[in-house]
Amino acid sequence: MSLITTLARLEAVDTGRAQPLATVRHRHLSERPLVFVPLTTAGEAGAPLGALVGTDRDAPRLLVVPQPRDRDLRFAFLAELAGVVLPYIDACGEDVEAAERTETDPETGKRVKVEVELCADAPQLIVPSRAGIEFVRLLGRSMRFRRTAEQDPETPHPAPPHVPLLGRWLTHYGERARVPGSALLLALTDVVSRHWATGQSSLEDQHLGALLAWIDPPENESGAEAALRAELRRDAKGQLLCPPAGPATDPAFDNKLLAPAIERYDRARTALAAAEDGLQADDRLGELTAAEREIRELVDSRTRPTWDAVWHGLDLLRTLPEGTHAADRWTRDRWSFTGHRDRVLAGEPPQPRRDDAVTAANKLATREREQARLEAQEALDDPLVMAGRRLAGEAFAGEVTDIVMAYSESKRPSPRPLVTIRTDDRPHLAERAKVYRSLGGKPQAAEFVEYVEGEADGADIDTGGRSIVLRIVDKMGRGKEPESGSVPEKGDLVCFTLFEHEQRGGAKLPDPEDTPWTHGGPPGEATHPPADPVTEEDVL
Amino acid sequence: MTTTTAVFDPGAEATRATDAILRDTLHGTHRGVVVDSPPGAGKSTLVVRAALELADAGRPLMVIAQTNAQVDDLVLRLAEKRPGLPVGRLHSSDPDPYDKALDDLPNVRKSAKAGDLAGLDVVISTAAKWAHVKGVEPWGHAIVDEAYQMRSDALLAVAGLFERALFVGDPGQLDPFAIVGSEQWAGLSYDPSASAVTTLLAHNPQLPQHRLPVSWRLPASAAPLVSAAFYPYTPFRSGTDHDDRRLDFAIPSDGSGPDRVIDEAAESGWGLLELPARHTPRTDPEAVGALAQVVRRLLDRGGAATSERSPDPTPLTADRIAVGTAHRDQAAAVRSALSELGADDVTVDTANRLQGREYDVTVVLHPLSGRPDATAFHLETGRLCVLASRHRHACIVISRAGVPALLDDHPSTEPVQLGVPLKFPDGWEANHAVLSHLAEHRVPWQP
Repeated sequence: MSLITTLARLEAVDTGRAQPLATVRHRHLSERPLVFVPLTTAGEAGAPLGALVGTDRDAPRLLVVPQPRDRDLRFAFLAELAGVVLPYIDACGEDVEAAERTETDPETGKRVKVEVELCADAPQLIVPSRAGIEFVRLLGRSMRFRRTAEQDPETPHPAPPHVPLLGRWLTHYGERARVPGSALLLALTDVVSRHWATGQSSLEDQHLGALLAWIDPPENESGAEAALRAELRRDAKGQLLCPPAGPATDPAFDNKLLAPAIERYDRARTALAAAEDGLQADDRLGELTAAEREIRELVDSRTRPTWDAVWHGLDLLRTLPEGTHAADRWTRDRWSFTGHRDRVLAGEPPQPRRDDAVTAANKLATREREQARLEAQEALDDPLVMAGRRLAGEAFAGEVTDIVMAYSESKRPSPRPLVTIRTDDRPHLAERAKVYRSLGGKPQAAEFVEYVEGEADGADIDTGGRSIVLRIVDKMGRGKEPESGSVPEKGDLVCFTLFEHEQRGGAKLPDPEDTPWTHGGPPGEATHPPADPVTEEDVL
Repeated sequence: MTTTTAVFDPGAEATRATDAILRDTLHGTHRGVVVDSPPGAGKSTLVVRAALELADAGRPLMVIAQTNAQVDDLVLRLAEKRPGLPVGRLHSSDPDPYDKALDDLPNVRKSAKAGDLAGLDVVISTAAKWAHVKGVEPWGHAIVDEAYQMRSDALLAVAGLFERALFVGDPGQLDPFAIVGSEQWAGLSYDPSASAVTTLLAHNPQLPQHRLPVSWRLPASAAPLVSAAFYPYTPFRSGTDHDDRRLDFAIPSDGSGPDRVIDEAAESGWGLLELPARHTPRTDPEAVGALAQVVRRLLDRGGAATSERSPDPTPLTADRIAVGTAHRDQAAAVRSALSELGADDVTVDTANRLQGREYDVTVVLHPLSGRPDATAFHLETGRLCVLASRHRHACIVISRAGVPALLDDHPSTEPVQLGVPLKFPDGWEANHAVLSHLAEHRVPWQP
């Protein structure tokens, strides 16, 4: 945790309200995001209990699995989910614009520009918390290798149509969520706690209700009190007033309400199956429907508060204007979405169970690059974030007090003006350290020359102020004199960073089929180890 | 020690190990040879010797190091040993890509393009630069230096450039790290965030592995502790004995904390200057101030180091002293404190940057000093190992009291990942081992 975040948290404790960590919104929010509030069954990994899903905050679609251990019901749930999610994805996939991409020509090996489609917008999926993202990944993994009867008529337990496709999309979204700064799949608690500091630990911030209570408490109540209430207060029946955002449910709910309701449902179902005539069956069907409705109401009662909280959180986030670079990052998300759309359309197989060596290394390199890019862009977009970097000695801001024109020692001397900046910041500048400032959106580099201390520069030593001399080294044009506007003038306020603004692309890795001997050689044909034998516990 | 055991001859042991390594490298049948080298065991000497022997055998050689400083250092060592050897220094196209001292070497050709250096006996560069080299004939042989600090994905990018390789490194130092989470690949044999050697051995378990048995840097007072705490299953010895090295000061102690801890360290090789227990910010001003005073006194008291290198004592000057910290902001705070005391010339750096360096005396700010918690970062075995193994004579640690209790309150809680080999010792245990040794050389702080 950076010093400025620690200070903001202390201030939040002191004032009883969350404190801003950002002045702009650092993630793109879609006009029409798809909110997904899933619940899972305790003790059954990957067995959904139900979900609220939809793009309309007033009309979410409630999906429920009345008996989560029944695989047919689970498939029905997933098919229904696919029925909501896939049309939303397809709608974005159809609206495209022309774009250019550099590709390697397979014949000449040269880099050439090719015109390709880029989806004008990408579907955005919002889940309440980080555990929700894990659940999306889990659902994706459990679905993408399923076969439908159409794909393989021999398969013993065919999945409903579209379920494998939904699995591929959820896998793509879950994987994309690991890229720093991406916004295709967002956990609301992560985004909100990026923008506000509460007076509780970051673990406690994972509780959506408590987090929002710190930021927007009811009138006459402090955020701390409201958060505590959200976390602990129970009604007369011992149920949490603010249920956890899931996917895990509160054990008191599981034991006291859900388990008896599922038991009633199971009994009604057994009774229906044992019905001896039509009349009896009609009666018992009524009981079954009533038992199912009861479970639906229970799931609705636990997901609805979270659903409302997610939209409340989105409202709070929308009060901040979007950061300049957030749009750039969203364009990368659109490329990612378009790329996967193309792979699906081209009939490529689902994502493999594990990455091969080259894919894993490429992903890690991309994510490291995106992380560095994100940190730089957030600071450039937001003076409050930059203040944190300045406090950490990674940037400094101040007024230009002197300019001395100088030139490089070469046959064609280029301008290398010396700029003196008075600052109260204490950057950790090493000898000849490179520093950068943003000049019309592009980084201009300078080199640290020396500190000037003492009375001559007028800096107040007592406040830690001093002057820094820099030599500007680029972005001044080709001529002997720097282009106008490319060198700061006396009295200008400037901000230089010790970190680079743009990231260089890494070296190209070998193709997977050229994986070297140190990494086990080429991956070879994908082999599917046989599934574990079915045991008694697998069969209900 | 009993008289019945054979006398340990460090020189002969080291020669035997080196001969076996060179035999496997030059005449072995395996594509790779791995050499584990404890701190100061002559790793660079081995690399230079292997490079020269490969060059003599007429085998084109590429050398992969991790940083530009390491590359320049190797080039200088090679040129010193064999001035006539044609060496290529492949460098980046940034300004000032290499040490200016290389310009004085007539047989070192420097270029940013691998093509310009084709045909030279030895070509040296960083892993990052090698990764950009494409479309060239592979080298017959490679030496990978500091292979334990190289990430698996960096090796993946360059492994296509050579047929066979000698991997040399110190397994006890800091593991490579990634700035983003990489749990998703934990347990895979080719986890891109693991060390190059881990991946190499996972795929090629039959490769011969050697070990250098003698540390020439660490004094007899330090080798047993560092060996037991950080290399419990691969012990090593110091090349020198207790009488071979001495640290003397012309000016006697004034009785203050810094002077007493200096004397303790000069006498025993270790000193712990302990400040009263307190939770502090990372850049604890009192601890930083105490550290700066210790350095100032080290310089002022006219220190002289006697060692096996020369019959006469060498003066303990600023370039023979280093300060090590865990964080960069701590290093910055120490630098400004030293600058106020007029001791700017002393090297101050984080453990990451001190790797592979050597000094007569090191002064270390304990990574856990003043902390309320012990995170995986601060407990990392390699961090403490680097800080405690840079010195030829003495190591002085500055710390707040109460670190053992802090350790007891924070056992390691990293999740266990399937398929990931456990690393021994864990940082928690190593920290305790070092602290209990330091406790015997404790001097309470008094200005």
